[in-house]
Amino acid sequence: MAMATTARREASAAIRPLLAVLGVAGWYLLYHHLLGLSRALTYGLLGLAQGSRLGASVEFFCYDVPKVLMLLTLIVYGVGIVRSYFSAERTRSLLAGRREAVGNVLAALLGVVTPFCSCSAVPLFLGFVQAGVPLGVTLSFLIAAPMVNEVALVLLFGLFGWRVAALYLSTGLLIAMVAGWIIGRLKLERWVEPWVYQVGAGQTGLSPDLMTWTERTQAGRDAVREIVGKVWPYVVLGIAVGAGIHGYVPEGLMASFMGRDAWWSVPLAVLLGVPMYANAAGIIPIVQALLGKGAALGTVLAFMMAVIALSLPEAIILRRVLRPQLIATFFGVVAAGIMAVGWLFNAIV
Amino acid sequence: MVVQILGTGCAKCKKLHEAAAQAVAETGVDARLEKIEDVQQIVAMGVMMTPALAIDGAVKSMGKLLTPTEIATLLRGAVS
Repeated sequence: MAMATTARREASAAIRPLLAVLGVAGWYLLYHHLLGLSRALTYGLLGLAQGSRLGASVEFFCYDVPKVLMLLTLIVYGVGIVRSYFSAERTRSLLAGRREAVGNVLAALLGVVTPFCSCSAVPLFLGFVQAGVPLGVTLSFLIAAPMVNEVALVLLFGLFGWRVAALYLSTGLLIAMVAGWIIGRLKLERWVEPWVYQVGAGQTGLSPDLMTWTERTQAGRDAVREIVGKVWPYVVLGIAVGAGIHGYVPEGLMASFMGRDAWWSVPLAVLLGVPMYANAAGIIPIVQALLGKGAALGTVLAFMMAVIALSLPEAIILRRVLRPQLIATFFGVVAAGIMAVGWLFNAIV
Repeated sequence: MVVQILGTGCAKCKKLHEAAAQAVAETGVDARLEKIEDVQQIVAMGVMMTPALAIDGAVKSMGKLLTPTEIATLLRGAVS
């Protein structure tokens, strides 16, 4: 029986690259015909009138839902494979004893590719700090990891285009680097709970380098099942709300209070965003529709960054290792960075 | 042997605990399940990504929700 299993495994290993090529080709074909398909469905099959409000909403929905879900699946799969090359331990050893500035830049970049879940924020913080990663460098990592994530980038790319996605990626990284560097310069170690420095972090001896290619593609599939499986209802719901706004809310309605002329809209967006705890998937499609109706890009991006990067649950989790003064400074510096980005975009885009 | 589930009480940690219980029952291995929820102990074992699974103090998996089948393989490996 063991031999039969081995033979089957070898056979499926041979077929797998072929399936992967076919899968990508099929994905590409479908993706490029989505607009036509969604129009055929809306105006042909469902018989809605072209130019009607309902027609506009339904077409928007039928086009954006499959588009975003297809992009999400492909990117999450790829990122899952890339992340199998990075582990929290490897990132820690790359950052340990690193000088500030260089450390902050590296930490923010590694925050994007290292697997991260907000429930691991405390063990990660302890593991980093106890191994000698400077406080500000650790915080650069903890800002970048949730804010610049693949779901946010895919949604921005799918709904706003590559320019906005690239702007989000680069300014998100910049905020993480600069905010962590400022906190490091302020020498706030006294506001870390004292017990944090009294104990040492251990080593597991597990090595991610020993994974086979099959295990890495398995990690990609696991990521798709886990992430896409979790966020798809938010995507569908978010795009449904967005589609409603797209068809029914008059042009320019948002311009009056989310437009670029209202300077106070940026801090207001950040203030509204911080207590909200939503994932990128649910928030972006709504935000897209707002943007289409005259809200300014900077205001919208600031709102999104505040929702994803700063949240009350995160503050409560970090309270176990950080004094309230440090949490307040952390939130204050990051919020200031987000506002700066909001104003910058409103001024230049 | 002791199968340790390391996690600070998130939803995934509970699922991993259930999967481990199922794997122990299915393999019939003489193992006791133990939850490790103290963050300091988790970090002292070298774990930064939860949930993690350890057998007799040796960490076998981190930041992953293993299936009962995967845990069963780890259990058999630890027995032999």
